[in-house]
Amino acid sequence: MLVPILVILGIVVVVILIFAGIYNGLVGARNQVKNAWAQIDVQLKRRHDLIPNLVETVKGYMQHERGTLEAVTNARTTAIKAADSGVAAQAKAEGELSQALGRLFAVAESYPDLKASQNFLALQEELTSTENKISFSRQFYNDSVLQYNNKTQMFPSNIVASMGGFKAGEFFEVTDTVEREAPKVSFS
Amino acid sequence: MWEQIRDNQVRSVILVTVLGFILILLGSLLGQTVLGDWSVGLLLALLVWIVMTLVGYFQGDSILLSISKARKIGPDDLPRVYNVVEEMKIACGLEKMPDIYIVDDPAMNAFATGRDKNHASVTVTSGLLQKLNRDELQGVVGHEMAHIRNRDVLLMAMCSILLGTIVMLAWYGSRILFFGGGTRRSSSGGGSAQIIILLVAIVLMIFAPIMAQFIYLAISRKREYLADASSALYTRYPEGLASALEKIAASTEQIKSANNATAPMYILNPFRKGGRVAEDLSSTHPPTSERIRILRSMAGNVSLAGYESAYNQSHKGGGGIIPGSALAAVNAAVQSNPATPGIMPAEKERAREASDALWKLNKYREITCNCGLKFKIPPDFHSNTFNCPRCGTVHSLQHR
Repeated sequence: MLVPILVILGIVVVVILIFAGIYNGLVGARNQVKNAWAQIDVQLKRRHDLIPNLVETVKGYMQHERGTLEAVTNARTTAIKAADSGVAAQAKAEGELSQALGRLFAVAESYPDLKASQNFLALQEELTSTENKISFSRQFYNDSVLQYNNKTQMFPSNIVASMGGFKAGEFFEVTDTVEREAPKVSFS
Repeated sequence: MWEQIRDNQVRSVILVTVLGFILILLGSLLGQTVLGDWSVGLLLALLVWIVMTLVGYFQGDSILLSISKARKIGPDDLPRVYNVVEEMKIACGLEKMPDIYIVDDPAMNAFATGRDKNHASVTVTSGLLQKLNRDELQGVVGHEMAHIRNRDVLLMAMCSILLGTIVMLAWYGSRILFFGGGTRRSSSGGGSAQIIILLVAIVLMIFAPIMAQFIYLAISRKREYLADASSALYTRYPEGLASALEKIAASTEQIKSANNATAPMYILNPFRKGGRVAEDLSSTHPPTSERIRILRSMAGNVSLAGYESAYNQSHKGGGGIIPGSALAAVNAAVQSNPATPGIMPAEKERAREASDALWKLNKYREITCNCGLKFKIPPDFHSNTFNCPRCGTVHSLQHR
């Protein structure tokens, strides 16, 4: 009489333990997705902060390129505003900012004095690296979403996921084809 | 995708257990034959191991860094290098930025240290900074980040300490057994059992270090492949690491501060003699040509699965590199991106950049004379003035 009860009790305990393990794994994966998303924002903000500095440095050298400079400043303003209006709008605005910056650096090629300025070189390095960091943090975000979504869809964790209300994450998709090809700028 | 880490932990526990078992066996047998009491030998072996492990765990990275004469750099010393490391930190999802060190050495190499991801550091030589372009540097840094991320550094440090203890015990044991013999009891009463134990002890003393070494090396090589695969995944650009490895393999300089104990830490075996001959079973690293071939045959698919299938093409049969659970997690093919854009000065300027940063870190002061000559004033230069040898201008120095 005692043995079957113990066996059943043991099975129940094991099931609860497995359940708890899967649940915690799901929570961890979801938090990683959230954290990865926050990292993208950190890098986008860093780029916004760098731009006024760049415009200030470049202004003196590029008297005839008002339009290019204004395009960068405007794109920055739009991007900051778009930060609260959904993923798609934000991605679009940031993509336009990337392009405006790409044009600015392309134009800078024809200003030898500017290219020789230490300040400009340092800013250029910071901005291109920030651009890389943005794409790497997106990459990590998508990897995290993939891992999390696999967990919510694969057996047996999908059972726990549907019971605990874990919804599949959203990939960061770059819709604009121009943005998908990272701006090709040669600085040689 | 990060599941390989858990698989690695299971595997490393098994490895450490096997090595620990060899150590315990050796210790007790030595105790039995030399001191006449196996438990004393066992306790001594364990004590030596525990002390060495504690030292290695808490002091290992700083000892290693000081042996290599590495200097820590900040974001302002070498911004590009700092940025490349930060980019890789983001790509592999580390929370804390690892410390960056540079070693003033024309040889090209890099290594990672740190017991966990909060105490990690990446070290590169100035030769590496000079010869590699940004994508190649990124591949190398990605490889080192993978070592940190996969906790290889801790595992290999613990294993090399176990290995070192076994080798040390066997060495001292054999000397005591063959030449000392002071405490050996008269064997008149022991009989055949005594002789058998003695024989087993001798055999074990000869084979334990060799066995331990082979286990260690096999694991070490597997870790290198896994780190290559992870680097390709982080950078999405295997060609960067492939061409970096090519350049490193082609360079003839050997790193000065490496020794046998630190060899497995480097991205490429610092003691290679060139070609495949030296890189056989007794090497901590897989053959470089092999690593390059696998990276290049990944084609567009830079996921871990892509690396696995590229590896299997050149290794018919035999287990793969990447644990199955990790492969299942990233079934989606990951496309190879074009190289991330980045500015890169020419090789000569990169060399100057690295050496200038080193001068500054060593507290040399830079003074430019009116005639254009630049001086690097060493910190122990005590005179208050000096003359420019070209134009004779007298410069005065304020000592801090």
